[in-house]
Order: sequence, then structure tokens, then C-alpha cells
Amino acid sequence: MTADAGSLPGKAARPSGSVKAKHSLASRLVEGVSGGLVRVFLVLVGLFWLVPTIGLLLSSLRSPENIAASGWWKVFTEPSQITFDSYSKLLQNEDITSSLLNTVWITVPATLLVVVIGSLAGYAFAWMEFPGRDWWFLGVVGLLVVPVQVALIPIAELFGAIGIFGSVLGVVFFHVGFGLPFAVFLLRNFFAEIPRELLEAARLDGAGELRLFFRVVMPLGAPAIAALGIFQFLWVWNDLLVALIFSDSGSQPITVALQTQVRQFGNNIDVLAPGAFISMVVPLVVFFAFQRQFVSGVMAGAVK
Amino acid sequence: MTSATAAGGTKPPAAPKSRKSVTGTRRMVAALFLLPALVLLGALVVYPIGYSVVRSFYDQSGDGFAGIDNYKALFTDEGIRTALKNNIIWVVFAPTIATALGLIFAVLTERVRWGTAFKLVVFMPMAISMLAAGIIFRLVYDQDPDKGVANAVWVGVHDTFAQSSAFPKAHPGRQSPLKPAGGGAFITKSPVSAGEAVSLPLVGVAPDQMPDDAKPAVAPKPEPGEVTGTTWQDFTRGRGVGELGGVDPSELGYAGMRIEAVKDGRVVASTTAGDDGTFTLPASADGALLRLPESNFKEPYNGLDWLGPSLVTPSIIGSYIWMWAGFAMVLIAAGLAGVPRELLEAARVDGASEWQVFRRVTVPLLAPVLAVVTVTLMINVLKIFDLVFIIAPGSSQDDANVLALELYRKGFSEDQPGIASAISVFLLLLVIPVMWFNVRRLRREVRR
Repeated sequence: MTADAGSLPGKAARPSGSVKAKHSLASRLVEGVSGGLVRVFLVLVGLFWLVPTIGLLLSSLRSPENIAASGWWKVFTEPSQITFDSYSKLLQNEDITSSLLNTVWITVPATLLVVVIGSLAGYAFAWMEFPGRDWWFLGVVGLLVVPVQVALIPIAELFGAIGIFGSVLGVVFFHVGFGLPFAVFLLRNFFAEIPRELLEAARLDGAGELRLFFRVVMPLGAPAIAALGIFQFLWVWNDLLVALIFSDSGSQPITVALQTQVRQFGNNIDVLAPGAFISMVVPLVVFFAFQRQFVSGVMAGAVK
Repeated sequence: MTSATAAGGTKPPAAPKSRKSVTGTRRMVAALFLLPALVLLGALVVYPIGYSVVRSFYDQSGDGFAGIDNYKALFTDEGIRTALKNNIIWVVFAPTIATALGLIFAVLTERVRWGTAFKLVVFMPMAISMLAAGIIFRLVYDQDPDKGVANAVWVGVHDTFAQSSAFPKAHPGRQSPLKPAGGGAFITKSPVSAGEAVSLPLVGVAPDQMPDDAKPAVAPKPEPGEVTGTTWQDFTRGRGVGELGGVDPSELGYAGMRIEAVKDGRVVASTTAGDDGTFTLPASADGALLRLPESNFKEPYNGLDWLGPSLVTPSIIGSYIWMWAGFAMVLIAAGLAGVPRELLEAARVDGASEWQVFRRVTVPLLAPVLAVVTVTLMINVLKIFDLVFIIAPGSSQDDANVLALELYRKGFSEDQPGIASAISVFLLLLVIPVMWFNVRRLRREVRR
């Protein structure tokens, strides 16, 4: 790729037209048919991917009686079945609303802390001089793939001993701990690409270490910080396992609250379907609003 | 930033040769910047690893040294062995299928204008929680074909090829000329003769279960040289209303009922009843017994038991692929964008078919990306918990068990922290090769 630095990468470099013209009519016909097949195939796959979610959405918009009597696709022939009763009932359910709030109380601090602490360490690893710097960094990289399962029992006992087991604080701490290796890894690599001259110029202007960090490094690192933030936000928002263990009935997030309902699956789809959908709304909005950042976060996270 | 990823693709210009401190930072400052991260990592990640390793050699209470007993349990405990077996199935199938689908989607979407929309749809499940995905798929896999879309489609396909029966509950009533013939079929007690009008009344089909095309039954009329008859729902409401064994105006014929004439165990003639329940058999049926074969009475096909013991793991793997194929697709598409177009065009000019270009040029060029995607998914699948925990119903959760779920059970509901720690250390050992690989790759980059 780097060989011809002059030409744009990807499609722009494609010699268009000239090659295609050489193909015979027959081969173009074959290509046309297979092109049609490709389209049909992709449309079918797309439907296949959409149907489960549509099923959940439509189920959440039907009454329990209708759900018990027939499948959600009945809505297409009887649109009058659509009702928001399940949602209004759900939003009066104290357990659900307080757990939604807990999700926010857990997710926002866990995301902010990881971003701030990860940036500080990433900057130090990228631009500061201290003995064994690279070894420390490699140590952090080694922690990237440590499964959370290893820490469940030890941390449960540790939190029990210091009295934060079952609290929002404990859940937040656990997420920060396991979010940090990726944060440090991602940000250190991004900060290391900041042109040296920029930092030196700021330094010559008399900026101190903190000023340099907040005024130069953080703004320049914004794309990476955004990607990390989105990634971590979705990760924590969607977590079930950690909260299942470290929260109690007063501090549980929405995933745990819904999980307790799954045990009686069948009689309470009118709680589960709208509940699941509400829990999905924020991630989906974030996903559609910040696709680019999310994708780059996910791509960088390919090692996690 | 993606340069740091294992996703491959393009590399930005080389980093500055030296990244020495901008202006001789004092060590104290560096320590302050690092302290929060290192303290948290030490307390929440490093210390637990050590603790788990030590704990895994102690017994249930944590007081007595247990040697390798907890690790032995990994291979002797029935539940853990099922979990281990299922984890192997997961690790072998889920990442490979997801990667293969991701590759196919990435290559095909390049050829359509709305490729981005397609990618968005397939990638979307990545954004939602496994809990939500689990609930979504509990609905999809619902056993009842009237509720679960998987069985609705499956039964639909099945019934297109195999006719379902219309009268699953029908059976002879009192004083019936019919008797059970084994296997669910019914047969007349005495032979019929040509020119005779035969009555074959049955009961037991609820009115709303009768076929839509069933018409009021018509009493059989004798025809010379033929065996005629009527088969109908002899719905006798009690004394005075309707006649037992007789065709009443309100009774419906068994439209579509199959009737066979059997002589010495051989079928000599067969026919199907009309909408009004009447049927006619040729003279060859003379002296035969009339049989209503079991195909008339089979229970309707109810689809697959997706979440039953034998299918539950493949079903949950299906939901995982729904979530993660998009991840593979996006990473592979990014790799694909880095493949020089000239190479593909050159192969096409040389007369290679699309398949050959794919097989001999695209796939080999993408091999590093494919490897990274597969390995990433393998690590991910090793720790799979939420989907199994949510989708597998209580009755088949033992059959769907995986290591992370068994760890949760042993550690937090069965109070077996020793065994749970051994499982966690086992999981850690499995990812150590990847850890080593990551560190080695990075060491080269750091030393630039």
C-alpha cells in the first residue's frame, strides 16, 4: 500500500470501464444474473437479521392476551392490536424505573473514569520518561485478554471486606478495572502519533504538564477518546454478569432487573419485551449517532 | 488509530523515531499520571489473578490445602464436563461460522450500491446487550409455531412438502362400526359389499378444528357395483337431538379423509372423501374391510424443539452468530478496502472467474485479518455467559451449560469457590497464548 503513496487508496485507483469493456456479451449476461442473485441473497439475509428485532418490537406493542393467543406477525393483518399499554405499565413499575436509573449511575461514571484515568496513563506511557516504561506498558497490554471471570470471586470477597459489595460503587470500580487495559492500550498508541513539534511548541510557550495534557493532548486525542468512550459506554450499559454479582436489589441495573423476570418466561413477555426494548434504545441511539467512532472502537478492540 | 489494531489494513506513516520525554519530565509527575491506572489495575485485575490461582488449590472452606483436587473436578464433575464439551463446540463452530459469514457479506456488499445499509443492519446487534438479544431469541425459538417465528417458518416449510392431517383427535364413538387397527388407524369390524351404503361416523373433532371446506354431511346412497359411504362427525348432543350413527343436517362431513379398502392385509382400492364426507370405491372393494389410515389422525407437525436438550446449544450459537457476524464483516470489509484493486483487476483480465479471484487472490490477501477475527471471536466465545444464561430454559440449562456459567453457579450459588477458581484459572490458561502474541507484536511496535 505504501508503495504508491501518490495515489488514493481503494476505489479511486480502480481503472474503470476499460477492463469491463473487454468482456464478452455472454460473460456480461452471466454477471448480470449473478449480480441479481447477489442482490436477492443480500435482501434475504438483511430480512433474516431484522426479523428477530422486529419481533421483539411488535411483541412489546401487543397486549398480553394477544401475545398468548397468536404470533406477533398477526399485527400486520390486525394493526388495531397495537397498544402502548405494556410500556406505560412498565414505566410505572418502580423496579424497572429505578434500575434504569441505576444503569445510568453505573455507566456514566464507569465511562468517564476509564477515559480520564486511561488518558493520563496513556499520555505518560507515550511521552514521559521513566525507568521500565515499555515493560510497564507491555504488562498492561498483557492484561487485555484476561477474562473477567478470573476476578469475580476474589473481588467479591475484597468488596465484601471493604463494604462496597452490592453497591453501585463496586460495580463501577470493577468496570473501570477491566476497562483500563484497553483504554491505556488504545490511547497510548494514539497519543504516540501526535507530532512532537506540537508538544514542544506548547512547552516552549510555558505550558505545564497538566496544561499540556488538557489543552493539547486531550483535544488532539479526541477521536480516540470518543471511540473509547462510546465503546466503554456500550460495554458497561450492556453488561449483565458483573452487575449480576456485584449489585444488590437496590443497585441493580436494568439488565439484572430483566434477568430476574426471564425465569418465568412466557407469562411476562409484556414486561420482558418492552423492558428489553427500552434497555436497547440508548445503545441503538448511540450506535446510530456515533457509528464511525463505534466502528473504530470495535476495530481497535479486536484484541479484547 | 486503527494502526494499533490487529485488524491490519493500512499503516500510517511511521511514528517519530524517538518518543523521549518532551522536556525531561520529572519522575514524580510521571508517577502521578500513572498512579490511578496502576493502582486500579493492580487491585482489580492483577491481584485477583494471583488470588484465584492460590484459591484454586484450596478446598471449599478455603482452610485446607486441596492440591489439584479442584482441577481434577474439571474433568470428573458431570456438570463441568458437559460445560467443557459445549465450550469446545462453541469455540469450534461459532467463530468459524461468524467469520465465514462476515467474509461472504463483506465481499458481496462491495457489489451493491446499498451495501452500507446492509452492513448497518447486520452490524446493529453488536450495539445491544446479550440480555436483550437473549430475550429476542427466546421469542424467536418459542416452541409454539403460532408464537415463535423459527417454528412458524419451519412448520410452514415442512407442511408444504408433507401434508398435515386434518383430524388429529377423531375416534370412533359408541356403537361404531369401526375399531382401532393399531398405529392410530381405524378399520371396519365387518367387510363391506358392493351396492351397500357404508356409514363411517367418528367423534372427537372440536367444531373449530374442522377443515374450512367441510360441508354438511350427506347420507350415503347405495349405488350398484360400487361401495359408497359417508364419513362424518357424528356429533350427537344427547337424548333427542341428533341420531347416533345417523347423518343429521347440522353435522359436517370429514372433507379429505383418506379411505382404504383392505383385503387380506393388502390395499385393493383407496379414495378420499368429498367435502360432504361422501366417498365411492370401485367394485374391487367388494368384500374388503374399510380402513381409515393413521395419516388422517396424526398430530399436526409442531416444529422443532429448538431449546430442548439436543438442539439448545446450536440454537444459542445461532443467536451468537446473529450478534457477531457483523463484527467479522466490518473488520473484514476494512481489510478488504486495503486490498489493492489492481491485483483483483489483473486477475480478472487474466481470465480468472469471480470465484477464482475470491479463492486465489482475495482470501489469501485477507488471511491475517481472518485469523485475527477468528481468534478474537474465540476468546470472546470462551467466556460466553449471558446468552446461555438467558436463552436456555431451566429445563435444558444443564444441557446448554458452558464454563463461564458453571463458574457462576459453582462460585455464587453452590458455594464452591475452590472449584470455581480452578475453572477461572483454566479459562485464563486458555487465553495466555493470545496474551503472549499481543505482547510480542506490541514489543516490536513499542521499540520503533
